[in-house]
Amino acid sequence: MDLRFTDAEAAFREEVRAFIRDRLPADTRERLRLGHAPRKEDTVAWQRILNAKGWAAYSWPKEHGGPGWSAVQRMIFLEENLLAPAPELLSFNITMIGPVLIQFGTPAQKARFLARAANLDDWWCQGFSEPGAGSDLASLKTSAKREGDEYVVNGQKIWTSTAHNADWIFALVRTNPQAAKRQEGISFLLIDMKTPGITVRPIISIDGSHHLNEVFFDDVRVPVEQRVGEENRGWDVAKFLLGNERTGIARLGKSRERVDFAKQIARETRAGGRALIEDEGFRQRVARLETEIKALELTQLRVVSAGGKRADGKPDPFSSILKIKGTELQQAATELVMDAAGPLAMPAWARELAALGGEPPPNEPVPGPDWAARAAVPYLFLRAASIYGGSNEIQKNILTKAVLGL
Amino acid sequence: MDFEYSDDQRMLADSVARLLSDRYTFDARRLYLKEGSGWSAALWEQYAELGLLGVPFAEAHGGFGGGAVDVMMVMEAFGRSLVLEPFLASVVLGGAALRHGGTAAQQAELLPRVIDGSLKLAFAHGERQARYDLSDVLTTAARDGAGWVLEGAKSVVFHGDCADRLVVSARTAGDRCDAGGITLFLVDAAAAGVARRGYALHDGMRAAEISLSGVRVGADAVLGPVDGGLALVERITEAGIAAMAAEMVGAMEAMHAMTLDYAKTRQQFGKPIGSNQVVQHRLAEMLVELEQARSMAMLAAMTLDEPDDAERARAISMVKLAVGQAARFVSQNAVQLHGGIGMTEEYAVGHYFRRAMVFEHSFGDSAHHLQRIAATVR
Repeated sequence: MDLRFTDAEAAFREEVRAFIRDRLPADTRERLRLGHAPRKEDTVAWQRILNAKGWAAYSWPKEHGGPGWSAVQRMIFLEENLLAPAPELLSFNITMIGPVLIQFGTPAQKARFLARAANLDDWWCQGFSEPGAGSDLASLKTSAKREGDEYVVNGQKIWTSTAHNADWIFALVRTNPQAAKRQEGISFLLIDMKTPGITVRPIISIDGSHHLNEVFFDDVRVPVEQRVGEENRGWDVAKFLLGNERTGIARLGKSRERVDFAKQIARETRAGGRALIEDEGFRQRVARLETEIKALELTQLRVVSAGGKRADGKPDPFSSILKIKGTELQQAATELVMDAAGPLAMPAWARELAALGGEPPPNEPVPGPDWAARAAVPYLFLRAASIYGGSNEIQKNILTKAVLGL
Repeated sequence: MDFEYSDDQRMLADSVARLLSDRYTFDARRLYLKEGSGWSAALWEQYAELGLLGVPFAEAHGGFGGGAVDVMMVMEAFGRSLVLEPFLASVVLGGAALRHGGTAAQQAELLPRVIDGSLKLAFAHGERQARYDLSDVLTTAARDGAGWVLEGAKSVVFHGDCADRLVVSARTAGDRCDAGGITLFLVDAAAAGVARRGYALHDGMRAAEISLSGVRVGADAVLGPVDGGLALVERITEAGIAAMAAEMVGAMEAMHAMTLDYAKTRQQFGKPIGSNQVVQHRLAEMLVELEQARSMAMLAAMTLDEPDDAERARAISMVKLAVGQAARFVSQNAVQLHGGIGMTEEYAVGHYFRRAMVFEHSFGDSAHHLQRIAATVR
């Protein structure tokens, strides 16, 4: 047993770090550092830079354009990308639809979609959740009736992240309402967002951002060749998708980057007559977080290295531990940033600024230093982290069943 | 990066597990507790025969030639069975003192006897006033011809009552909490002027208060550098934390397993209590904490050989904090989910609970280590 990175792994980290340092546009990095979400063009530009390097499809097999990395390399790559901070690869493309098509897609589907997904020529989004189907995904109602060579889709999806940016949506639809088990009547369809009958409505979240949407389907006609896997076997595809590639699920780089940012704020902020970073209470919060991050780093390595050797290819239920702890840490880290900002965390200056078209009015004082405007925004946004991707309660159910056997 | 155990390590773990499952049932353990020494001399001999007492020592001394990972595996197994024998005191703490501070002559004289079990060591460092401050040493050693004479008292010395040789820290220069001026000595427990009062800790493990009045030792009793012993004290303490962290992982495993088993069998309202989601999620949370602690015990084992003192100290403090928090959560909930039976002397879970309590107060509690980590925040 040797938990240290090998020389080759350390050299790989240096290579990734150097590449990101040299090629990540400075304005993108700065926006992310200040707590902004990446703009669509930031994400597209960065993913294309990585793709040109052969790194975007980081988890795909070599024959489909992946770099052929080990699980540890993949983890290092994701971590360095988050630490930079650089925009994350669009997970819908890279960790969801790509692997799904590689596993279940027809040769025609692979040829049509894979390379474009890697290069973000197509922006994908995920049509799973519905108003009545959240954690209980199998109760979804959106229907797809077969008419000749087409399905006619009717219904509604919700919480659809980045649907307003998307060119395509992969959606779970009910093709057999009479199936004995709910899971057995579901199919997995690829739908062009430009198809007539699709309406996207924004949902503004508590951080003021437009990230989420409702997507309505009204007699949307989808060619049968855009179904992935067999009819009524879409649940298998969905299970594969949700269990696939959990390497990055803890997003530890994000938590570390946020803790570092909180420390930077604390160095520039005075509290009780000295720099906040000198405050014992603040230091202990940092110490606690850094300890938990360290522990999860090791747990992640254990899961990753076990996963690399898993023969059955099934998702490791221990990745639920990564999801639970990882999201708790992201939330705690963004909370620390917000608390470091103190009263300057309160003004919703970022919203005002957006309403003003991004330009502060002349001769008006800006409330606080550059970090203040968005100090609370990631805190607000990341309340979602323990809800999405299978809520943390669902993760505990998974552990209960799969590990504890209760 | 490699999480695999070697064949030798697997064989070691198997043989320990076999021995303990045969000889360390809960009922057997309760009998060992009642022996005069508070542990089993017969088991101690078995450990020696199996080579366990030589795990961290070089083959040249008759040891197994293992490292911190091997100790971790043994301690995990010991934690699962709540082993009472003075392995931590003699092999881990005393062993670390000799490995890091002993001269070739001291090692050659003592290690073979530690390994064959005929000589037991104890680490007599803590003092009443010191709480967790490693540099707070009032016991003195004054030069006496070529040798030294020791004066003072040591407190809560693990297995100090049965040790044959004590590793005693004493101030040879400076004031109470100075980092410099501490020296370690090997003191025969039977020497004139050594008085010991042994007692049981809450978990049944033995410890002692030890007073030293006019205890004379020769020049060859000095262990490590004169006046520079604090670094050695730190290394011994780190070895203790790493070993106990692994022991706690074993203990948490056992607590989690018995609580899970209880949740599956205990019926209330006509169904197993484990069918309640609130119980299920608690058990899932205990599992998460246990696995995080396991990761940290591994980190500890890997860190003990880290040459950078500051980095090693920070990592070990993180281990103690994380495992301490996990142990508190797991042990408290293990008792809680058992209900009344968990409160009783006759049921195992409470014994693990008490071991967790002792762990928290050994080598610095969570608050102490949190402060140490916080002091390094940049």
